[in-house]
Amino acid sequence: MGITFRKETFRDDYTFRNSPEHIRRFPFPFNEDAYMYAVNIEPHVVGPKGSVLENLIDVDEHYVAEMQDRALVLAEDPLRCQSLPHMTLAGWDLLELLMEQQALGYPEHFTLERNGDRWRWINRPLGIDDTFTFGDTSTLPYGPMEYITRQSQGDFCILDQRDGNLWMDAGMVTTQADWSLDFDIGMNFFEWHAPVPLAHEKGIFTRALKFLTNIQQGKPARRLNWTMTINPRLDTSPENYHKWGPDRATVTPENVGDKVHLRVELQSFWRLPRSNGIVFPIRCYLIKMDELVTQPKWARRLHRVIRDLPEELATYKGLTRYRPTLVEWLSKLDDGSPTSPGFGPD
Amino acid sequence: MSTGTTKLDVVVSDVVPVNELVTRFHFRRRDGELLPTFSGGAHVVVEMRDGDRTRLNPYSLMGSPLDTREYTISVRRDDVGRGGSLFMHRQVKPGLEMVISYPVNLFSLDLRAKKHLMLAGGIGITPFMAQTSQLAGAGGNFELHYTCRTASLGTYADVLQQRYGNRVRLYHDDREERIDLDRLLSSQPLGTHLYVCGPAGMINWVRDRAAALGWPPETVHFEHFAAPQPGAPFDVELAVSGKTIRVGEQQSLLEAIEAAGVDPPYLCRGGVCGQCETNVISSDGKFIHNDHWLSEEDHRSGCKIMPCVSRFEGKSLVLER
Repeated sequence: MGITFRKETFRDDYTFRNSPEHIRRFPFPFNEDAYMYAVNIEPHVVGPKGSVLENLIDVDEHYVAEMQDRALVLAEDPLRCQSLPHMTLAGWDLLELLMEQQALGYPEHFTLERNGDRWRWINRPLGIDDTFTFGDTSTLPYGPMEYITRQSQGDFCILDQRDGNLWMDAGMVTTQADWSLDFDIGMNFFEWHAPVPLAHEKGIFTRALKFLTNIQQGKPARRLNWTMTINPRLDTSPENYHKWGPDRATVTPENVGDKVHLRVELQSFWRLPRSNGIVFPIRCYLIKMDELVTQPKWARRLHRVIRDLPEELATYKGLTRYRPTLVEWLSKLDDGSPTSPGFGPD
Repeated sequence: MSTGTTKLDVVVSDVVPVNELVTRFHFRRRDGELLPTFSGGAHVVVEMRDGDRTRLNPYSLMGSPLDTREYTISVRRDDVGRGGSLFMHRQVKPGLEMVISYPVNLFSLDLRAKKHLMLAGGIGITPFMAQTSQLAGAGGNFELHYTCRTASLGTYADVLQQRYGNRVRLYHDDREERIDLDRLLSSQPLGTHLYVCGPAGMINWVRDRAAALGWPPETVHFEHFAAPQPGAPFDVELAVSGKTIRVGEQQSLLEAIEAAGVDPPYLCRGGVCGQCETNVISSDGKFIHNDHWLSEEDHRSGCKIMPCVSRFEGKSLVLER
């Protein structure tokens, strides 16, 4: 049985919703009642059935709608997708990775036929059936990275590895938490992380870079990151700040449950075989408070995490304006009883 | 988490003597599947089970990255080394089942380069075999300068000249042919990247001249796997695991640690990747540092050692392992 893809929007009338099954598989990012940065990196291996880790590249009920939203963003702003000239080979690496993983995990929706360098790719949800020559950009309607990332959920940064550093030299970024590929393109790991508070002092980026430059082929890694978004908007980019920034002033005690969304990024890191680059998929999951609190453990824990979050982090994540309203609303769902260990719902 | 690599179960599909010192080995997967794609400059670590002793040596992949039906490596026989190359030459025959690591690339091409200028010495030719295949397939601009002792020891010189014609220049020591290095380095177009692989003396010479002639350090790439050197046996205390071990004459410190059942992470086993860096808790004696990873300051401090290639002489050594 395949996935039933939802018809929904991430803008204007915001019809995005999670089905009950998708609420339970939401990658809730807190395994205890408090949050602080850590280098929370672990091997990206297949997880339990029915979780977002069931396949290493996750496709879910929002796939078709997310791809439509991406096409709208790109039509307005083509610079959300950029690849410096030396990154084309890495784009082919990424195309291979995403086609193989999607076909492996969802054979009813995707098929990859390889005959030497003549490849046929069938994407049934989007109605695509293309035959092309692997390595020959002229046989695809877009460059290899743009072609496949118009058909894959999540943002993708391709990092070139040289001089002991990683360089943001290509990417498809339309579902980002307030950062800009057009601004960061060509920057190295320390440059693009410069705005993050507290973590530099803890030496986190130095250790993280050492880890990432040693990621090996066949051994991807992952971590979770999180923030909050008002309305289920995927495209919370600096370029469109004027469209979504003011939403943060619209949160009231009456609409918290509908408007405030926990936004979780499943970030994974993969060594690319031909280019020796690293691809960094950033997969965004959204869940509104009304959906999240259907799991009582998550409601209690989120209340404690948001209430006790250090001020610098709350500011960096853009929660300051509506944090008191949110904490007040969540407090009514927190009877003070303990929460069980681990991420999952009870 | 461990940063080691995944292993591949392979079978030796062919053994081909190339000249009096060098033999080529071909590996295929035992399950008949394709091997992982790799990038030019990558190496694999080959596990050699020799009786009750296991050696793990890195070798550059020299086939075309476009052909993953088999991997090929070339091994130069070293009659005074620790025995890894002799094991390969004497014991490894077609049909032997072996274990190798996934490919790891610590000598990657910089794909921004307008031109790739490659300098090889002796068996240092092997990573360039794969890199030239990769670049030729993509229409890349490269030039290879290859120094060997004699024409008969010019491993793959004939193949390379046949493939790439005058993009390959040969220099034979016995004919007293020498690269005019300063002239070569001074006459390159802007945007050229320099790659060098060969004996330590050659690498140092090329890096020094490139620096003196104003090449930016990020355009100069080199691969130098220091093979572990044999030496006098010594004893080591592993404080974390509570073991005392003896490092044999033909054994590296890392191999001795592994033989005691302790598994530090590693990638290159040649003193360049930094994975097996180990803290020294106390020592009374002299370190013989052979790595290219620790700074001179680290070497002087006596607080760190790279057990894959470095040794110790003296009364006592306690490591944080």
